[in-house]
Amino acid sequence: MINAEHPGEGSAAVPTAADLDAGPAPGAPHDPNEPGRRKLTSRFRGKHPSWKVAIFLLPGIFILGALVVYPILFTLVRSFYSPHGAEFVGITNYRDMFTSADTLIAIKNNVVWLVIAPAVVTALGLVFAVLTERVPWATAFKVALFVPMAISFLSSGVIWRLVYQDDPRLGLANAALVSVSEIIQPPGPYPTARPSRPDVLVPQAEAYVTAADFEPGSTTELGLIAVPPRLIPANAVQATTTSPEPTAIAGTIWVDFAVGGGGAPGVIDPGELGLPGVKVEVLSDSGNVIGSANTAPDGTFVITGIDAGSYKVRLADSNFRPAWGGVLWLGPALITPSIIISYIWIWAGFAMVLIGAGLAAIPRDVLEAARVDGAGEWQVFRRITGPLLAPLLLVVLVTLLINVLKIFDLILVIPPGSVLADANVIALEMWQVSFGGGQNQGLGSALAILLFILVLPAMAFNLRRFRAEQ
Amino acid sequence: MHRKPTIMLLLAAALLVFVGCSSDTTTTTTAGETTTSVAPETTTSSVSDLSGQTIEVAAVWSGAEQANFQQIIDAFQEQSGVQVTFTSTGDQIATILGTRMQGGSPPDVAILPQPGLMYSLADQGALQPLTDVISMEMDTNYAPVWKDLGTYDGTLYGLVFKAANKSTFWYNMSVFEDAGVTPPTTWEELLAAADTIQRFGVAPFSVAGADGWTLTDWFENVYLRTAGGEKYDQLTTLEIPWTDPSVTTALDALAEIWGNEAMLNGGATGALQTDFPTSVVDVFASPPKAALVYEGDFVAGVIGAETQATLGTDADFFDFPSISGSPPSVVAGGDMAVLMTESEAGKAFMKFLATPEAATIWAKLGGFSSPNKNVDPSVYPDDITRRAATALANAEVVRFDMSDLEPPAFGGTPGKGEWKLLQDFLSNSSDVSGIQTQLQEAAAAAAPTPSG
Repeated sequence: MINAEHPGEGSAAVPTAADLDAGPAPGAPHDPNEPGRRKLTSRFRGKHPSWKVAIFLLPGIFILGALVVYPILFTLVRSFYSPHGAEFVGITNYRDMFTSADTLIAIKNNVVWLVIAPAVVTALGLVFAVLTERVPWATAFKVALFVPMAISFLSSGVIWRLVYQDDPRLGLANAALVSVSEIIQPPGPYPTARPSRPDVLVPQAEAYVTAADFEPGSTTELGLIAVPPRLIPANAVQATTTSPEPTAIAGTIWVDFAVGGGGAPGVIDPGELGLPGVKVEVLSDSGNVIGSANTAPDGTFVITGIDAGSYKVRLADSNFRPAWGGVLWLGPALITPSIIISYIWIWAGFAMVLIGAGLAAIPRDVLEAARVDGAGEWQVFRRITGPLLAPLLLVVLVTLLINVLKIFDLILVIPPGSVLADANVIALEMWQVSFGGGQNQGLGSALAILLFILVLPAMAFNLRRFRAEQ
Repeated sequence: MHRKPTIMLLLAAALLVFVGCSSDTTTTTTAGETTTSVAPETTTSSVSDLSGQTIEVAAVWSGAEQANFQQIIDAFQEQSGVQVTFTSTGDQIATILGTRMQGGSPPDVAILPQPGLMYSLADQGALQPLTDVISMEMDTNYAPVWKDLGTYDGTLYGLVFKAANKSTFWYNMSVFEDAGVTPPTTWEELLAAADTIQRFGVAPFSVAGADGWTLTDWFENVYLRTAGGEKYDQLTTLEIPWTDPSVTTALDALAEIWGNEAMLNGGATGALQTDFPTSVVDVFASPPKAALVYEGDFVAGVIGAETQATLGTDADFFDFPSISGSPPSVVAGGDMAVLMTESEAGKAFMKFLATPEAATIWAKLGGFSSPNKNVDPSVYPDDITRRAATALANAEVVRFDMSDLEPPAFGGTPGKGEWKLLQDFLSNSSDVSGIQTQLQEAAAAAAPTPSG
């Protein structure tokens, strides 16, 4: 653009932004020294020879060379040698790596991490950033979500190990789940009880049914064991037999355990308490419930109004409904998803803050214009905000991809020893193989090179994008 | 981008310089170059010379055990003026020490839970032989068998500081009373007692399946009783393979308990989630979740620190029951102190550990048996600890914990080798021969090869 104030000096003027953006004039030969088209780089290239540039770069090159390039080359070379480095073994380590079950599980787990974790973290970050954009308490929410980034990742691992503990009285996750489930479906009074005579009382789904048939006017004694004393109500008294009644089926349910394991199973011995509050049902041939009753403190029950016929007696399943133990978060099946959840908890704040900054940079007038034109919020998001944010989302995603490939501390801390093998990842396997009992640093180096190769595409992508921006 | 050749040349030159100056890729293994059995002491360092120096001591202990050991450290610090920092490594000690050694900054003193780890470190030349001074202190205070345990390839490297009677079955006394059960002396009695307790309504056994080492201790006690001391030694050095029929007998016996869901607190899945301290707490909680927990005499330390139970009134132990008429046998464990640097203060600390004074400090606190014969038995805080210590001394057949004598890659790494395979066996006790094959493979893979 011509400098209006100094019309004769156009060619010697300080290059404006438009000059730089415009690039060489179409059709003109590319002559870096032509006065009309000075670019930023040509200023330096004319005045400073490249050896001066090299000297300034040298410290950086040395450090990079020593701390990055040299270790990579050393590891590559080391991976072709035996465990203690004495002899050259070629690709043996790589072959071992791909045939050993431990490594294959580690690679599989890393793939699961790669596919799920960065995508979910980015998506959540985007959702939170968009939702909290115009909310009054946005800052407080963002701080709360970002706090997990402020503590060490090892501490986060310890926190989640405690949260995931299996015992509902200790682990927060199961405590929440179990208390909800207990409201919906309370456990039975005697969840651990089972028959003392498995031939007399047989299991039927969650309930127990007598093997034999009974007619009205008969009685039956059905003993239960594995009822801990604390579950026996305080009003329970010595069990007794009942006398038969016509048109009724009667009997006793009691705790068939005498101290020391003595007495005979199936017989009411002195010292054995009746079990009150057990729901007893009488079943017809077709399995319909004809009548039911609850046992008294001495364990006796009477179900009246039974017509002639043969019936079975059933202890209802509601008596034995087990207390739900919660989910086995740290078991072999769920261990990787559980650790991924803790990873998301740590990194969602990071993604949210980055994307929030990107959101703030979007010009408001475009959005307002869209809203004025009648676009709904979702359409605004999909057509305008989303595409404008796409480069930033990609940055976040790629950063997380590289981060996830190196995941180590969470896998070390969260799984108990018994599931460590199921949760294994390449970085952890490399550490254990190299410095653990076997001290096999050849194999460890091979694993490190594998990790390096896996990271390369992401790094190459980042580099390309970085150059394209220039 | 325009790159001048000069920059590339400089970069290449820098790289060549670095590669040329690098140390060679081999890790030198100097195994025991000294010909004498102990390194000669050049000067006698008096206590005053050492004040102001710092040393680092690393051990697996944490929680209650760490607090107790800290009292020994405090006594040494007072006496000598040396500053001691304690590093707790947890069960990953083999890997962590390996990392520190590679990084060139090992701790001055390390207390290893396994002689097998000591053998492997000594083989790599990472340990300093113990001095005459320390060796003489050991001669005064220890029976020869403990000194033999600390010797590798003719050189004395290790001092067994803490011993454990690993054949003690701990039980909740009130559960036994209410169920009407008496402590069993044979395996059949144990199974019958477990059955009674289970009918009573409490899970019989609390098994710490999350920590693989407890499962190896179960196996070793059963194997020592079913196969005898000689076969035990042969299996330790892999003279007989893990596929031997004697191992089958032991695993079958174990399956009688491990394979029976009703016998374990939480079933096999629950046991695999339970770590060692939790397994003890479960037995002595109110209400108790299990009646019996098997582990060594250091369980007393956990009981004292983490439960409300009192030894003697709520908690007691009986000796691991005999199987098919086996004689009284004890599997012993021990923590061995080794020197990793040439620090004079470190040597002084090792000497202090060998004295009865240091052992007495922890003995008073419970959960500790000392192989030091000059510790007065009356310092043990209660009859129970005293009983465990005397059982250790008086057993007819004593063997050291097998998994601790084996290479750490097999017998000492969480999630690998014997630890992992016995966890698999706990989870599925039906395939005995399959587990035996896998154990043999892992043991053979971990066996030391001539300079790999």
